[in-house]
Amino acid sequence: MVALSEHAAAPTGDRRALARRVTLLLVLLLLAVSAASLTVGASGISLRQIGGDLLAGRELSLRDRVVLFDIRLPRLAMGMLVGASLAVSGAVMQGLFRNPLADPGLVGVSAGAGLGAITAIVLGGVLPAGLAATLGQYAVPVAAFLGGWVSTLLLYAIATRSGRTSVATMLLAGIALGALAGALSGVLVYMADDTQLRDLTFWGMGSIAGATWAKVLTAAPLMLLALAAAPTLARGLNALALGEAAAAHLGQDVQRLKSTAILTVAGAVGAAVAVSGGIGFVGIVVPHLLRLVSGPDHRPLLINSALLGAALLLAADVISRVIIAPAELPIGIVTATLGGPFFLWILLRRRTLLEL
Amino acid sequence: MLIAQDLTLRLGRRAILSEATFTARPGALTSIVGPNGSGKTTLLRALTGELAYEGSVMLNGHEVAQTKPWRLAALRGVLPQATPLSFPFTVGEVVRLGQQGGLDAGGPDLSQRALARVGLGGFAGRMYQELSGGEQQRVQLARVLVQVWEPTAHGAARWLFLDEPVSSLDIGHQLQVMQIARDFADAGGGVVAVMHDLNLTAMFSDSVALLAKGRVMAQDRPEAVLADALLSDAYACPIRVNTPPVAQTYLLPHAARAAAE
Ligand SMILES: Nc1ncnc2c1ncn2[C@@H]1O[C@H](COP(=O)(O)OP(=O)(O)O)[C@@H](O)[C@H]1O
Ligand SMILES: [Mg+2]
Repeated sequence: MVALSEHAAAPTGDRRALARRVTLLLVLLLLAVSAASLTVGASGISLRQIGGDLLAGRELSLRDRVVLFDIRLPRLAMGMLVGASLAVSGAVMQGLFRNPLADPGLVGVSAGAGLGAITAIVLGGVLPAGLAATLGQYAVPVAAFLGGWVSTLLLYAIATRSGRTSVATMLLAGIALGALAGALSGVLVYMADDTQLRDLTFWGMGSIAGATWAKVLTAAPLMLLALAAAPTLARGLNALALGEAAAAHLGQDVQRLKSTAILTVAGAVGAAVAVSGGIGFVGIVVPHLLRLVSGPDHRPLLINSALLGAALLLAADVISRVIIAPAELPIGIVTATLGGPFFLWILLRRRTLLEL
Repeated sequence: MLIAQDLTLRLGRRAILSEATFTARPGALTSIVGPNGSGKTTLLRALTGELAYEGSVMLNGHEVAQTKPWRLAALRGVLPQATPLSFPFTVGEVVRLGQQGGLDAGGPDLSQRALARVGLGGFAGRMYQELSGGEQQRVQLARVLVQVWEPTAHGAARWLFLDEPVSSLDIGHQLQVMQIARDFADAGGGVVAVMHDLNLTAMFSDSVALLAKGRVMAQDRPEAVLADALLSDAYACPIRVNTPPVAQTYLLPHAARAAAE
């Protein structure tokens, strides 16, 4: 893969055509994984048979209809949205912090979002009735968004001094913020009554198994907003690779760029965490692989991250369904098993990154 | 025109610049010289709008502090003393980052021409982080050049602000880079360069500002500023202009300039 990138870069150093080919491949990959995601599982259904039925104008069997429309399709939509959100927020964070180890899961943003979600579930009752009614079913993702936002702001303030981000400070501050958010979440869970505990389970922990259309529709607006905002950041994040001062000299409004990037990360991570709990490593693995293949230009990187993130999460979901069938493994375990060694590999390959 | 008046700049409690006054004309190369820590970089950062200042900096009639970043980017390129790069971009990609910031953002790719200009033809496909310091510095210059490729636009000058553009270059490339700045000025653009080497400053500048302890001691033609008394005072050591040290090896880069004319 490294050889591919070096070969493709010569002689003009322009990898945009290569990145477009990658986009095309990823679309095909996503289609293939989606088909697998619709068909593989405890109650197998055949896309070919369903397609044949639909073409011939026959009614689908009740069982096929339920499995397809009420179980598999919402799960597919959720997997795509969550995977794309996590990967894109990873890529945006890495561009913002100017280092490839920033990942919402690693540096406490997911934990902050989780704390927000749990707070909304457990303490939501004390909200003023008017506010509660306005937020309605969106209270949990909005609270997760706020939690993710505050933790990203805190992290950025701690880890960045006069326009420079220290990787060591960022990772250590992230650990501390994550631990703090985790502890507070634990206290809240301990305080929760039975109904609230059921709600907590409903929102799920590291899983997209319980996806329903209701959950998808609740979280989708925030994720779609963040996914739509991300590509507009591409040029600014590219300029930011040269440092804040140079980015400003290149015409970027750096303060606005940073605020938008932080909001985008918080929106994507917040909504993803609200519906799926913390699914780790997608945000670090996906952008890193893509940078290896087609370079760090954020314009294709953000789009390709969305595609590969969606495909990777769906693939992990399929694996989680078949590996101990008929039972299911939580998807977070699958992504961590694949992502943990990958993260170590990045560290070992580029020790200089840490500059401790 | 670039006109800075009564520029005072504090970082923390210290005044790094005090009531500095500085001007630069289009079509001229204006150098800023002075000892280490005298405030050259700080002055340049104020002139480019990077640092907040008291006083006034007018660039082509715009007060720099109140001008939107994108408007300034169309007007001037800035080469910092050092530029970090956080991801593995190719040389060509780094240069194109500059073009994205200027008026040629939608135009044909200028990176190859700019790289050839700084003596790095054929480097576009290399990874930036694998180049030597001097090569990286010239890639950054190419990036700044493509941002303001035409020295004038809409009848007004565009500007290059260069902070020690030749600090890590060998003598051949020092001359090459200074010639690029000279050509930009000769074509109607304005160049403001922080300089370390007084010989090169004397060779290429139309105007020299001498800084010491955050104050502009003098700004005038090179032969007026690069004089024994002023330099000895500013650099706090005896300096004699036009008197090569006796019985020591020394180089005269002036030959290149004479040959070019
Ligand atoms: N961010 C900063 N905070 C405090 N002091 C600074 C800062 N940047 C520069 N200085 C001080 O300002 C003075 C001028 O610095 P500078 O403009 O970089 O000098 P030079 O002429 O060598 O380019 C120096 O004494 C330096 O220590
Ligand atoms: Mg300096």
